[in-house]
This record gives sequence, structure tokens and C-alpha cells, in this order.
Amino acid sequence: MLTVENASLHYGAAQALRGVSLEVKPKSITCVLGRNGVGKTSMLRAIVGQHPLSSGSISFDGTVLGKKPPYDRARAGIAFVPQGREIFPLLTVRENLATGFAAAKRGNRNVPPEVFELFPVLKTMLGRRGGDLSGGQQQQLAIGRALVTRPRLLVLDEPTEGIQPSIIKDIGRAIRFLRDQTGLAILLVEQYLDFCRELADHVYIMDRGEIVHSGDAASLDKPEVRKFLTV
Amino acid sequence: MAAKRLVSLTPLATVQGPVGEAASTAIASINSELELWNGIQNIIYGLSLGSVLLLAAIGLAITFGVMGVINMAHGEMVMIGAYTTFVVQQIIRVSAPGLFDYSLLIALPAAFLVSGAIGVVIERGIIRFLYGRPLETLLATWGISLVLQQATRSWFGASNVQVGSPSWMSGSFDVGMLTLTWSRLWIIVFALAVFATLQLVLKKTMLGLRMRAVTQNRRMASSMGIRTPWVDALTFGLGSGIAGIAGVALSQIDNVSPNLGQGYIIDSFMVVVFGGVGNLWGTLVGAMSLGIANKFLEPFAGAVLGKIFVLVLIILFIQKRPRGLFALKGRAIEA
Ligand SMILES: Nc1ncnc2c1ncn2[C@@H]1O[C@H](COP(=O)(O)OP(=O)(O)OP(=O)(O)O)[C@@H](O)[C@H]1O
Ligand SMILES: [Mg+2]
Repeated sequence: MLTVENASLHYGAAQALRGVSLEVKPKSITCVLGRNGVGKTSMLRAIVGQHPLSSGSISFDGTVLGKKPPYDRARAGIAFVPQGREIFPLLTVRENLATGFAAAKRGNRNVPPEVFELFPVLKTMLGRRGGDLSGGQQQQLAIGRALVTRPRLLVLDEPTEGIQPSIIKDIGRAIRFLRDQTGLAILLVEQYLDFCRELADHVYIMDRGEIVHSGDAASLDKPEVRKFLTV
Repeated sequence: MAAKRLVSLTPLATVQGPVGEAASTAIASINSELELWNGIQNIIYGLSLGSVLLLAAIGLAITFGVMGVINMAHGEMVMIGAYTTFVVQQIIRVSAPGLFDYSLLIALPAAFLVSGAIGVVIERGIIRFLYGRPLETLLATWGISLVLQQATRSWFGASNVQVGSPSWMSGSFDVGMLTLTWSRLWIIVFALAVFATLQLVLKKTMLGLRMRAVTQNRRMASSMGIRTPWVDALTFGLGSGIAGIAGVALSQIDNVSPNLGQGYIIDSFMVVVFGGVGNLWGTLVGAMSLGIANKFLEPFAGAVLGKIFVLVLIILFIQKRPRGLFALKGRAIEA
């Protein structure tokens, strides 16, 4: 469904990705692990169109994304939950959700019911400003907002960062539900190993801008794989 | 009236005895009454000047707030609105003189569309290539402003054109000891109506939501599927259109000439900076307080010196509060 081939990315002279290739299949959870600063966020920025590749290519459903801007990728079905959540601070929860209508087809300009089923807390806070929510609530809002666009691929950047265990469980349950019930493809970047091992159908490990391991969730227990993750 | 009484009482005040005393106290009370009415007049004149500033500045506030673009040609959008009023009135005079009383109502949408369309063309044609380069944008829009002035000059001539007032706009009425013109009153009402409408557009429409999202986080707005180039073009069109509407109002109280916009651009920028960028309520309060401050300072310092004084006050104020009068506060901002 999503194929990244030999992707390189630069910030000025500094190279953040060095020939990364990976694949995300429909109805599956693909997890990318790696230490701080190895290029995980950079790869996601390239996928959602927020930063251009310097070489290589990314294709979605068989079409090369090339120079497509982020809004066209969102309209094509790629939804993004960024690191740090990036909730619109002065918009209410309801308005934050409504920004996703821009990418949804005309008949779909509403909040799908599963958003409130998965994150009931959002329903009680519709009138509050997004910036006034707690970190955990913002994370749930960020995922809910992404679902409003009716995506076929959901890209999440460290959704467990700085979140308490009970909400991490909710998020994990939501991700699994989305794969099983709506057939969404999910690309999940994480540092939290156990979270990935429980959820992933396939895992990649990144180190210094490169993919250094590819395998199933169980492969994460091998010592030669672990060495890429210990600090 | 009070002035007449004052004249007749003044000689009596010099008389010795109870008559003189009574005359003196009467004079004192008349003077304080005059002062009170004078203050009220200053406030009302200040509010009407503030309304003009509000109309001129509000479009600037949204283009500056949403896109971070300093548009030096904004004043010319006001000027184009005033000339649109002139053209509308010419057409009405020739083809349907009976409609003259409605000429301003017809000119409002016309000016909005003309200035708005020119704004969109400028944004699509020039400004969008200069995003993130404030100095180039400043110079380019300044160039555009000169071009628009010159074009108007060659088309309509360099001197003032006559824009008439419909009957309901002309004349005056008395309140207490004041004489107020209808045009002043209508401009206050009109500016507040424009402000309220714009608030509604921003709060209740899809375009408004998208504009606010882009203001707060352009990159994320794009990733939510919002076509940011469209939002930019429409924002610029909206800001320019409102400037055009301001031009219709200004045509009623100021001379309509190719330089019309120049007189307002500096004041408009002051209002936006003073009120706090990205906050329309700040623009409202900023415009009104600058208008009133100008009117109160004028009698002491004269119009020009009064302006300089206000400018100095604003510079001092910005030193203390760089984000303006209504800097947004709270957890929502730090997020
Ligand atoms: N906007 C930027 N400009 C310049 N360099 C950047 C920028 N963003 C990231 N980098 C650099 O690129 C490299 C990869 O950063 P990236 O954010 O992709 O890492 P990450 O794997 O997501 O890290 P983390 O786990 O801390 O989120 C880092 O060395 C970082 O300093
Ligand atoms: Mg990261």
C-alpha cells in the first residue's frame, strides 16, 4: 500500500535519511523503532509531504507521491499524528476535529462514531480549547482528528511519548481496533519496545538514517536486534 | 446656547455684591458643563475616527495574522473602494437617478468584489512567490501600491473626484449641546457591523475555521487536508475586500484622490501592532483608543504634533509589551 524506496533526505548539508526502504501493507501494523535522532520523524515527514526527499521515491497505492503537497496526500488517504501532537491550541476540540473535514469526501464531513467510542473523554470536552487539554487528552484528540479525514493509512509518530500507562493501553486498543475493524494500514514510530512488540505485524529498526533490521515482532527479542535499541 | 448665556453673564460677574457672586457661580457651572460636553464630543469624534481606523486596519490585521504578510498596498485597496463608489454613483446618475439614495448600499458589495478580486490577483500573481521573505514582500507590495496610485491617476486624473452623500448620510442632529453629523454616526455603526460580520465569518464558517487553523499551525493544517494556497488567496481577497468596504465609508468623510490610501496605511499598521497581531478584539480596542487619544491630544498639541505624541506613546508601549495590548495568554498558547 505504501512503499518507500531508497529514500534520502537532507536538512541543508546534514543527511538524515540514507537510502531507506520499507513497506506498509493494508490491514497491518508496521512499527519502526530506533533511538533518538536516527531519522524516524524525518522519514514520516517525507511520507506525509512535509519535507522533500533528496533522492528515492515514495508511492501510495501504486502512484508515486513525488512533489505532492501535504494536503493532497491527506486527501489521498494518508493521515498524520505528529510527534508532539500539534493540536491547534486556540481551536476547540470540536473545531480541531472539524479541520479534518477538509480531507474527507463531501458525504463524510462528520466525526465518525468510532472516534468517541475509542476516546470517550473527547465527547465531554468538545467545547474546550485544544491547548488547554492535558498531554494524554491531546494525544487522543490528535488520533481522533486524523480519523475524521477517513484515512486508509494512519501514520503515528511516538504516540506514547510522555503518556501515562492507562492511556497508552487505550491507544494500543484503538490501534488494534482500527486495523481489525476498519482495515486501516498503520505505520507506527516508537521508542517504547513493549508497545511495539504487542501490536506490530512487522517491525523495522532504524539507526543513523538507515534501516538496519526488518522482521516480525518476535524478532525484537534477539540480542543482535536489541543492540540497536539499548542506549 | 450655553455659550450665549456665558457671554451675557460675563459682564455681570464683575459687579460687586450678591448679583456678581451669583453670576460667577453660574459662569463656573456653565463652564464645567461645557467642559463635560466637550469631553463627550471628543469621545464621539474619537470613536468615529477610531471606526475609520478600524475599517482600514481590520483587513490588514487578518492578512498579517494569517499569512504574516506586510501588505504596503493595503491603503490602495481602500482607495480603490472609494473610486468604486464614485463609479457606481456616476452610473446611477446617468442611468437611474432615483436610486441615488441607495448608491452606497450598491457600492458596498461592488467595492468588496473589486478590491477583493484585485487582492486575489496580487496574491496569486506576486506575493505567493515571496512567502518567508518579508523584505522582498514589503518592497514588492510597495511597488504595487505606487503602480495602483499611478494607474488611478492616469484613469481618473490626479485631482479629487466628487463622491456625493445620499440624503440619509448628510445633515446633522443635536444631542444636548452637541451637533453631530449623520455621517459620523453611520460610520461608527457601520464599522461595528463589519467587525461583527467578520467575527461571524471567522467563527462560524468553514473558511474561517481553515483560516484560524492555518494561522495557528500552517504545516499541520496542510496535513489535515486544508489547501493552504487557497486559504492564503481567499484570506488576502477577504482582507482586501474589507479594505474596499472601508473605502466606501471613507468616501463620505474624506477627499477621494489617488493618495487616499496613503493617509491611512501608517495609522492602520499602528493599530494592528498596538492591538496585538492575530487578535481582532485587540484591533477593535486599539483602533478606538488611538482614535480617542488623537482627538483628546489634538487641542493641546495640534493634529500633527498630537500624532507624533501618539506614535511615541505606542513605541514606548511596544517596548513594554512587545506582543501588543491583547497578547494571548494561557496554557493554550504555550502548547
Ligand atoms: N528541521 C531540522 N533541521 C535540521 N536538522 C534536523 C531537523 N529535524 C531533524 N534534524 C536532524 O535530523 C536528524 C534526525 O532527526 P529526527 O527528528 O528524524 O530523529 P528521530 O528519530 O525522530 O528522533 P526522536 O526519537 O528524538 O524523535 C537529527 O540529527 C536531527 O538533529
Ligand atoms: Mg522523532
